[in-house]
Amino acid sequence: MRRPLALALSISISISISISSCYPRPREIVLASTTSTEDSGLFEYLLPAFGRAHPEYRIRVIAVGSGEALRLAARGDADVVLAHSPRAEEEFMTAGHGESRTPVMQNDFVLVGPAENGSGACDFSSAASALAGIAESGATFISRGDDSGTHARERELWAAVDVEPGGERYLEAGQGMGAVLMMASEKRAYTLSDRGTYLSLRDRLQLEVLVEGDPRLLNQYSVIVVHGASNAPGARTFADWITSAAAQELIGRYGVQQFGMRLFTPNAAVGQRARSEF
Amino acid sequence: MDVFLDAIRQAFGLLLTGDAYLWSIIFRSLQVSGLAVALGLLAGIPLGTWLGLARFPGRGFAVALVNTGLALPPVVVGLFVYIMLSRQGPLGGLGWLYTPSAMIAAQFVLAAPYVAAITLAAVQSVLRLQARALGASRWQALMLHLREARLSLMAAVAAGFGAVISEVGAVMMVGGNVHGETRVITTAIVLETRRGRFATAMALGLILLAIAFAANAFITRVQQAGPRRRPLTS
Repeated sequence: MRRPLALALSISISISISISSCYPRPREIVLASTTSTEDSGLFEYLLPAFGRAHPEYRIRVIAVGSGEALRLAARGDADVVLAHSPRAEEEFMTAGHGESRTPVMQNDFVLVGPAENGSGACDFSSAASALAGIAESGATFISRGDDSGTHARERELWAAVDVEPGGERYLEAGQGMGAVLMMASEKRAYTLSDRGTYLSLRDRLQLEVLVEGDPRLLNQYSVIVVHGASNAPGARTFADWITSAAAQELIGRYGVQQFGMRLFTPNAAVGQRARSEF
Repeated sequence: MDVFLDAIRQAFGLLLTGDAYLWSIIFRSLQVSGLAVALGLLAGIPLGTWLGLARFPGRGFAVALVNTGLALPPVVVGLFVYIMLSRQGPLGGLGWLYTPSAMIAAQFVLAAPYVAAITLAAVQSVLRLQARALGASRWQALMLHLREARLSLMAAVAAGFGAVISEVGAVMMVGGNVHGETRVITTAIVLETRRGRFATAMALGLILLAIAFAANAFITRVQQAGPRRRPLTS
């Protein structure tokens, strides 16, 4: 009984050895990114194109909050970062963890809430007045509570209206954007979301956009090549590719067919001009 | 290695100084998993007894189902309970989703099969030994053997408790990891590790390990005591 097993094992081992020696495995690039790029489906759409352009590399995405993405990059656990937390990114660069930082694209945050009993009490003309109204009316607000870029922006907005959020009606979920939107919908609560994740889940949510277009809600994504990355050539290749004309055009087209509007506005060209001025 | 040792040192500091955030999470974990296992006992003992005694078509399948229940994937249970409790689901009216009640419901589904399977095994041993031949009624024999089986039942409780308190999939999905409400040891470890707060995560990890160790030490003792007791008592 033992022998056929041993034979099968040795055959499969020798086959796998010969396969791996014939075809050099593509080198892995570890990309730490925000949950919004993953949850909105952008990566699923965009990354295969990178694979076709650079078959010598394979991308492994770690989708976490911006804060965590930067932290694990600082520890050397990622080669390249795509984040949307400008202040944290600047600190990251100042601390010398980053080799280069280039703008990639923009989208915006939206304040969403229950469709039915929305606008009654609150003034939804700006993000600040809406948050102040929500705090005053005692409506439930769900915070990401996970140090992500969206969480950072939410805290900035609370600070702008001089409200220290807390209490029973302020829930810190400690989860990704998709999970928080589902939770807000179930609990008929308000939350701050990036537009892309909201749009991609909209059909399953009973939430409507209440505030949009406020300059405070602009959301800039940048790509950072990590200093001393274990796959530095791969990280640079990816950063160059995602800011290239071809990838930027792909980004600009994403969502048009499915949602009737683009989810991200590519703006790497602006950044490259800025970089070349140095 | 320094990161690791630092985290352990700070973790002990946090535990000893009685960090409120930490202990509220530990308390919530014990509460949720404890109640789930207690409810699992209430449901599992009758279910196991009934399955052991009843004769009906498909009984073999039902027994296999209970035994499969021992290996139910928590995320699948989480998915099932989530759909049941969501606003569009059949039990949406309860408003349980993202509350400790939902977590108890999910962990109950995970814990009950442990109790049912052990009870079933005890009942089947009664029938096999045919204690009735000694003059006891079927009911008396059953009670006798359930009493004899109480040690294995306690082991089932320990095993079930150890399993549910260390699962993360179901409680994350149906509880939502809400601060001060549905955040338990396992979901907090996921979040604190993601936020880079290794000391807090490590402190919770040490507590979880201690609980798992206590549960398993208990099971081991029961298993070793079992065969040694038999010759003495009979």
